[in-house]
Amino acid sequence: MALPREGFVAVVKRDCPTCVVVAPVLAELAGKGLPLVVYSQDDPDFPEEVAQRVHDADLEASYRFGIETVPSLLRLEGGRETGRAIGWVRGDWEALTGLEGLGAGLPDWRPGCGSKSVEPEVADALAARFEGHRLRARRIELGALEEDWEAAHDRGWSDGLPVVPPTPERVLRMLRGTTRDPAEELGAMPPDLAPCSVEKVAINAVLAGCRPEYLPVVLAATEAALEEPFCLHGLLATTWFSGPMVVVNGPIAREIGMNSGVNALGQGNRANASIGRALQLVVRNVGGGRPGGVDRATLGQPGKYSFCFAEDEAGSPWEPLSEERGVAAGRSAVTLFAAGGVQGVLDQQSRTPESLAASLAACLRAVCHPKLPILTDAFLVVSPEHARVFQEAGWSKARLRQELASHLVVPGREAVRGAGGIAEGMPAGFAEADLPKFREGGLQVVHAGGRAGMFSAIIGGWPASGAVGSEPVTREVTT
Amino acid sequence: MSEPRILLDPTGELAPARREAQPRLPGLQGRTIGLLDISKPRGDVFLDRLAQRLEASGAAVERYRKPTFTRVAPDDLRREIATRCDAVIEALAD
Repeated sequence: MALPREGFVAVVKRDCPTCVVVAPVLAELAGKGLPLVVYSQDDPDFPEEVAQRVHDADLEASYRFGIETVPSLLRLEGGRETGRAIGWVRGDWEALTGLEGLGAGLPDWRPGCGSKSVEPEVADALAARFEGHRLRARRIELGALEEDWEAAHDRGWSDGLPVVPPTPERVLRMLRGTTRDPAEELGAMPPDLAPCSVEKVAINAVLAGCRPEYLPVVLAATEAALEEPFCLHGLLATTWFSGPMVVVNGPIAREIGMNSGVNALGQGNRANASIGRALQLVVRNVGGGRPGGVDRATLGQPGKYSFCFAEDEAGSPWEPLSEERGVAAGRSAVTLFAAGGVQGVLDQQSRTPESLAASLAACLRAVCHPKLPILTDAFLVVSPEHARVFQEAGWSKARLRQELASHLVVPGREAVRGAGGIAEGMPAGFAEADLPKFREGGLQVVHAGGRAGMFSAIIGGWPASGAVGSEPVTREVTT
Repeated sequence: MSEPRILLDPTGELAPARREAQPRLPGLQGRTIGLLDISKPRGDVFLDRLAQRLEASGAAVERYRKPTFTRVAPDDLRREIATRCDAVIEALAD
């Protein structure tokens, strides 16, 4: 559609009472020789008084002129818009046209109506039609008898749960959650090393059930997963339980309604659930990493559907995880960890930090196997009731870590193969050594959970932690 | 006719968009072949002959029948065929 480049454009619809009222004004403008084209969104014969009218049946003109309210009167010079009056405001119309005494007998001011082009479903369809060229992903045409949810399953795009069909409309809506170019490449996604663009992430975020405002978090998580130290390929391929866990810090967690409180590691919060799921679907679909294919997990764990939560920073006695890891205060970030399953710690008796630290350490020693030190990293999620014990005693997070480390030195004689009647363990040469359970920097501590319950959670890592395998990776969330 | 429904491909696009046919069976010996009669008249004539030929080639034959040719096969029937057979031949006869 060729749009006017000079003169005046009015966009109206008969369904709008204000448009009906200003129809004579439009005729008046045309009568005074103003170069005016009137676009009608509904009735091709409206307004009858104006000869130069166009039926904007497909709303392309409305969309391209960015009309939100009818009537709108625009002035164009050299293809550029140099002024716009919205609704009926006599002064605005007079200033825009340079004509005095317009609309004699009309009130000075009357609000317009919503443009048809911004009705929710219409707006998405228009975006798909006129901005669809921004999308580069292959278009899959469904068969006439295919049910779209089932079609997504049949093509292998699902983790087993229903997915939201990624129509161009939904993907464009998702992409409004970021300022980034859909074509921007984030990297090569293992295991197939397929190029992973912002658009591909957005498509998978649609599948996962994300809202557009979650997309920046999903993008940051994807980029973190692609960083070399995270070792995504190996993490996917391992026979161990682990998969990527996403911890979200900073203001975005609250802005998008993430859960860091009751049942923080569990189900029921859309942001937590769909962000973690989106990352898994990106790995599955873009990277081609599927169970039984490159994913060789012996048992896996339910966190491989989705494992994402926010740290409770407001209620925490300690600095947030992201700040510990170098992100400025007040900024949002994701931290990825190669997480196995959740192991609960019950301690309802400790009222001193010394006792509680020893208690947590005793449980941490069992990660992977009590006789296997320096093998895996871990996350300790300290709940509010446990954190209170440390807070009241004035223990910093560093102090807690130090105390835990002191309890987590495993005597070699207890750890060697055969000790305790258990064949598993360290080679005999370690019998005289004192062995730290975790490598330096291998134990992360965060604060989350409901207000009641003297329980904390240990999230074991992958028995290929650190340089040999996966390091936790933190990345700032941008728009 | 309504406009085609389009989904955007979420994958790395390394595989063809159209689904490929299952690979052919390497042979019939020892295989179980389902014969699905869609309930059109004289489908059985065709399928009886196919059964003879298949059995002569060393395949076991299982016979199935849709309740009506007007509707897709019930889930249970499809599941049974998928569970018990290596391949299925659906006969449209009239």
